[in-house]
Amino acid sequence: MAKTLGPVKRKFAPWTDPNAVPFIRFENITKRYGDFTAVSNLNLDIYEREFFSLLGPSGCGKTTLMRMLAGFEEPTEGRILLQGHDISGVPPHRRPTNMMFQSYALFPHMSVEKNIAFGLEQDNLSKGEIAARVQEMLKLVKLEDFAKRKPGQLSGGQRQRVALARSLAKRPKVLLLDEPLGALDRKLREETQFELMDIQHTLGLTFLIVTHDQEEAMTVSDRIAVMDKGVIVQVDTPAEIYEAPNSRYVADFIGDINIMEGGIVSKSAEPGQAPVVTLDCDGLPVTVEQECAATTGDRVAFAIRPEKVRITLDQPENTASNAAYGEVWDIGYLGDFSVFLVSLADGRIIRAAQANVSRLVDRPITFGDMVWLTWPKDAGLVLTR
Amino acid sequence: MAEISTSPHAGPARWLVVAVPYVWLLLFFVAPFLIILKISLSDTAIAMPPYTPLLDGFGGIGDFLSQLDFENYAFLTEDPLYIQSYLSSLRMAFISTVLLLLIGYPMALAMARAPTRWRPTLVMMVILPFWTSFLIRVYAWIGILKPEGLLTVLLQAIGLMGPEEQVQIYRTDTAVFIGIVYSYLPFMVLPLYAALEKMDGTLLEAANDLGCPPLKAFWRITFPLSLPGVIAGAMICFIPITGEFVIPDLLGGAETLMIGKTLWTEFFGNRDWPLASAVAVLLLLVLVVPIMIFQNQQQKVG
Repeated sequence: MAKTLGPVKRKFAPWTDPNAVPFIRFENITKRYGDFTAVSNLNLDIYEREFFSLLGPSGCGKTTLMRMLAGFEEPTEGRILLQGHDISGVPPHRRPTNMMFQSYALFPHMSVEKNIAFGLEQDNLSKGEIAARVQEMLKLVKLEDFAKRKPGQLSGGQRQRVALARSLAKRPKVLLLDEPLGALDRKLREETQFELMDIQHTLGLTFLIVTHDQEEAMTVSDRIAVMDKGVIVQVDTPAEIYEAPNSRYVADFIGDINIMEGGIVSKSAEPGQAPVVTLDCDGLPVTVEQECAATTGDRVAFAIRPEKVRITLDQPENTASNAAYGEVWDIGYLGDFSVFLVSLADGRIIRAAQANVSRLVDRPITFGDMVWLTWPKDAGLVLTR
Repeated sequence: MAEISTSPHAGPARWLVVAVPYVWLLLFFVAPFLIILKISLSDTAIAMPPYTPLLDGFGGIGDFLSQLDFENYAFLTEDPLYIQSYLSSLRMAFISTVLLLLIGYPMALAMARAPTRWRPTLVMMVILPFWTSFLIRVYAWIGILKPEGLLTVLLQAIGLMGPEEQVQIYRTDTAVFIGIVYSYLPFMVLPLYAALEKMDGTLLEAANDLGCPPLKAFWRITFPLSLPGVIAGAMICFIPITGEFVIPDLLGGAETLMIGKTLWTEFFGNRDWPLASAVAVLLLLVLVVPIMIFQNQQQKVG
């Protein structure tokens, strides 16, 4: 039987609409613990029905930010607005947010259905209403047969589903997910990511997810905020974060990338043509089609993703710019891709990825081969930060 | 499939390890209990030891067995003193256990919620009284509670009591309760603390997050999850308090009726060893139910 798809996902981008009212607004939020500043003067708008990710390494303040929204921590400075109302000082049990905990935090002495019903019981709903909603939630996470079990009798994946069902049961305005899939194995995690997206879309809720897994954030999110040391470095869609990172930090954190330091030789902006920046990356001439705020002589970085670098044994026609010659130093065979680590004459390593489109065990390019690396003008980008 | 040895050290050494606790129990529990059981079936006599029959050689074993009977047990049901003593002991033990729970639970909870670096110190403070002899600590309470004792002095000094008045607690049931609650508090606090300390704090956050205010979350999450500790603490206190002798003897008055005291009187006062033994055997039977509850709970936890 074919899987029934939910409503068709239309392009969703309220953040581009200047008249859109943010659903959640973090306003000049600072959180200090003694001398340590976990979150520093942070501003962020999240829109209704958005699937929003806070992405960063551990200790970057992402969990603290989420816990402030849930009410477990109060900001030292600034305020949090939910639908325009300041929710500072509102205790967690009166906030219209629900959280799915990293450890799941299921009540070990209660059955699956009791766990799911717990939040509903606090709202003084009738027994019938609670039972109906619990059934609906069990169906949503496909755990109808496990209603009477205790959490201790479930597998990790099942517990994760109970935790999700429990946090969704009250239909929170915002669902907070703290590293929700961290404890699952890879296959299950990928499946669950798509299920999460389906559920979010079907129920039309706002999801805020905290994760250190960039793939997870890329897969599920409408927008991602990349955090570092208590500040947001970049907020954008997954594609923009990946293709147009605004700094060395974001470029390096998301995916694989070659970064080469260099200086701007010239800039040209002829009318009717794309602006072009010419760089000298320590002897390697590079031209990039890009608007760039930096001026001639500034030190910048040239960044290019490995899959955008072409690797050939034959010398290309034009080697004046955007071309490098080197020796294959190492090869990483990933199945779908092979990553070649090419060592230039000065010792710099450039990574080039090639899709393995044909079934060959022995690739034409192998260790020790001298190869040419080339890339078009619009493949890389200049990073000024 | 080939037989797999369950232990790499199966052999004499393993049996020795298993045997030690059994030998211990046999020597210091089963054997004394059988002696008491035998004495309880004997008759009192003015002799040394003060009961008959005595077994001399196996020749007269038939004669020996024919002299044993249950008349001491029958007597226990005839004189209301004994039944009242048992009931009074159970009542005292029950009230004490409830008081211990009411005082011990908040203490254990506060300890479990204290910052991690303070906890070893707090546990240490609970255990600290054990460094002084139990008997001396109970005697100290006499010094505090007696009419001209420290409590009277204190209350007079702060003006809550006139110079002619004196506290009348010593040699009452109240003094016994104070003594018992004071002496047994560590036994209640420690199992409760053990149960509460290992509880995952995010469970309460989850309850709050789902709309449950803190006080309600205590009753729905914290308390049910601490029940193994509550049962362990209650039984560890209830069982020995029922047979408690020293505290009612030192702090209690003439009207304080507890089975331990009755037993002592039978044994040393009336020199009726057989009847005292019957009292002891029956006390053990009375406590079988709470002991089984405790055992059952321990197995579930383990």
